Amino acid sequence: MATPMGYDGVVLAVPVTVPYTRYSPESAQWWLGRALAGLAAGAGVPHPAFDGLSVASFSMAPDSAIGLTQHFGLSPRFVDFVPLGGVAGMVAVRRAARAVQAGDADMVACIAADTNAPQSFRQSLENFSRFSQDAVYPYGAGGPNVSFALIAQAYMEASGLSRAHCGKIAVAQRDNALKNPHALMKKPLSLDDYLGSRPIAPPIHLFDCVLPCAGAEAFLILREETARAQGLPFVRLTAAIERHNAFPADPVMLRGGWARDIDTLWSMAGIGPDAIDLVQTYDDYPFISAMQFEDLGLCPKGGLAEFIAGHDFTVTGSLPHNTSGGQLSSGQAGCAGGHLGIVEAIRQLTGAAGPRQVAGARRALVSGFGMINFDRGLGSGAMVLEAA
Amino acid sequence: MTPRRPRKNPLRRTRQPLLPPAACSRKAHLLTAAAAEGRFALPRCGACGAYAWPMPEACPNCLSIDITAADAPSGAVLMSETRAEVPADPYFRERAPWRVGLVQMDAGPMALVHLHPAPVPRDRLRLTLMLDRAGQAVLYAGPENGGDMTIDRQWQEMVADPRGRRVLITDARHVAALPLAHKLAAAGAAEIFMGLPEDWKPLENRAEFAAVPGLRFVALDLSSDRSVEDLARAIGGKVEILINTADHPRPGGLSAPAAATHARMAMEVVAFGLMRLARVFGPVLAGRGADGDENAPGAVAWVNVLSVFARATAPEMAGYCAAHAAALSVSHSLRAQLAGGGVRLMTVLTAPTEDAWFQLAPQPKVTGKALAGAVVDGLMRGLEEVVAGDVARDLLARLADNPKAVERDLSQGKL
Repeated sequence: MATPMGYDGVVLAVPVTVPYTRYSPESAQWWLGRALAGLAAGAGVPHPAFDGLSVASFSMAPDSAIGLTQHFGLSPRFVDFVPLGGVAGMVAVRRAARAVQAGDADMVACIAADTNAPQSFRQSLENFSRFSQDAVYPYGAGGPNVSFALIAQAYMEASGLSRAHCGKIAVAQRDNALKNPHALMKKPLSLDDYLGSRPIAPPIHLFDCVLPCAGAEAFLILREETARAQGLPFVRLTAAIERHNAFPADPVMLRGGWARDIDTLWSMAGIGPDAIDLVQTYDDYPFISAMQFEDLGLCPKGGLAEFIAGHDFTVTGSLPHNTSGGQLSSGQAGCAGGHLGIVEAIRQLTGAAGPRQVAGARRALVSGFGMINFDRGLGSGAMVLEAA
Repeated sequence: MTPRRPRKNPLRRTRQPLLPPAACSRKAHLLTAAAAEGRFALPRCGACGAYAWPMPEACPNCLSIDITAADAPSGAVLMSETRAEVPADPYFRERAPWRVGLVQMDAGPMALVHLHPAPVPRDRLRLTLMLDRAGQAVLYAGPENGGDMTIDRQWQEMVADPRGRRVLITDARHVAALPLAHKLAAAGAAEIFMGLPEDWKPLENRAEFAAVPGLRFVALDLSSDRSVEDLARAIGGKVEILINTADHPRPGGLSAPAAATHARMAMEVVAFGLMRLARVFGPVLAGRGADGDENAPGAVAWVNVLSVFARATAPEMAGYCAAHAAALSVSHSLRAQLAGGGVRLMTVLTAPTEDAWFQLAPQPKVTGKALAGAVVDGLMRGLEEVVAGDVARDLLARLADNPKAVERDLSQGKL
């Protein structure tokens, strides 16, 4: 496979978070509209100036992205709909980056938003996928917890990852979240709290799980000269990969698609994992973050115990990880969970992360993971961002 | 006498019938058919021979659309397991914790399965394709060497085990009635209500019936609205399994002198009798589909014992065949009604039985004991479609293969 063309000249700017709420009576379209307004305010342009629109959402039925153009008064020449869960952010960036690079669009508004009503989590589970309807829900395994518990049990046994290791990841993220005013989780979490939490589907316990909520994340993708002309702080996209259903012959998911494309990622980026200042993994469960540490080359396969013991993961420690608190402590706003790490990385690399700013952050690794269609997560992706 | 069934605690709320999620693809019902008959089958590609799971619309190996539910090896290895402590679905939440496993099937694909309490990861398993309470085909995994499935409450959710249940058999005069009573008592049925039509007529083996533990006769004439309603008022809320054995076999083609009279009586008992039963017993069984507990389990199944001539007409028994065809049709409507309560309707299609009314039918005929065995086996395995007797199996196989040939054969008196 040839190394892809670089993303030269493509930048990301204007990180927007519409503060999350546990439940919302508003529709996904309402949250998308707030995010779009946030992008226009942040960019200092009227929103019809966005000539590209990329939308990720699970809860905006019956609309698809095209209906939103009329709803919000846009006339884009690039439109994309990526209801792909935790990998949506990676997919959205790769497509929009090529569009602006080729001149098919100048400024793409990338938005992910979902709403959450008390019944909507269960309802969206029931309609998630055909394979789930036929071969997952009838087993009492509706919702990701049981499916991930089955993966976790096999992965933890194979990798030597313990609950205490997972706990360290979760606890560090909570520390980070306490410095993030947008995070839904406001109370400190101790390792004892983590270890003592009630079983949901062993080895998954309560603090392994994210809190479903309503919210939105958004950013702009544009060419560097456009960002400079608008006077917008930006970060450069230096590498990005995605892969879906990467290892169909693996009986149980012990690795994600990153493992297949990792060399492409680092060779495009022109650096190695050691040069990274902070990491945003897709943390629907701490053990999935651990899997990304291995598969993205941050630690050697089989070396997780030593790696986790050797790092602090907080914003002031070594290898800051999920510096906003991640989904585990900020909340999982549906598809926005896949954009959360990108938005946070833009903030960190433009020095806009406030009390949780990682000092001297120049390079960030962000990864995405999503869509447990049947027995494994299908989508994986990663990108490297660099400060201007 | 079997020990008395424990009484229900009146202070406890009655558990309402809930069903597991039932939405599934149209194609997945190819597996429903196999599960209904107790066959183990998996989706298999006719072009490349690869097995697939879940049911695909095109083979993931070669993209052929020639996908069928085919016989498959039923072995598997347990890769990992968990128990859902707080499932999102109300049916499973009510029954949590629920144990499931991820298995690699000997046929190749991975599958999520309902898991017996014993196996641990890396154990060999034996898979069964079963119908769950929603009538959906699901995989159940137990130990490879067999083991006792009946100890698993998850297995019990999917079968119709007579243990601890009260059974109504509608017609004591059916050749299978007494053997059924014996087998059900042996299987642990708490009580057997034995319907007796025209109780002024002598019943030859009355003493043998009376010797069955927990059995008592109840007056029941299916041709009478009044009789069926009276019985429902008396015991309707106590029946957890209903086995309808009512029949009215009379020989005679369309030109027989009493053709219409016999047909009318057959319809009255076999078809309208079933409708009378369905009207008053159906709702109360469906309403009690999740009632009770392990010691006093709730309503679970309704069995209609019908002639295989419901499916293929033997012209020398014209009225009889028509009545059974009508009853089979009613049976499908009743299945839909009972489904709301998760109560299974099992249809047993039998070959001519070894009794006076089938004197002219050629051997091999089905003995009452064999028919009773098929019924109880079907209940224990949670089946929906049971065929009793070689003649019936042969006839249905030929019918599936070449229906016109069967029609011609039967018109020439060749069974």
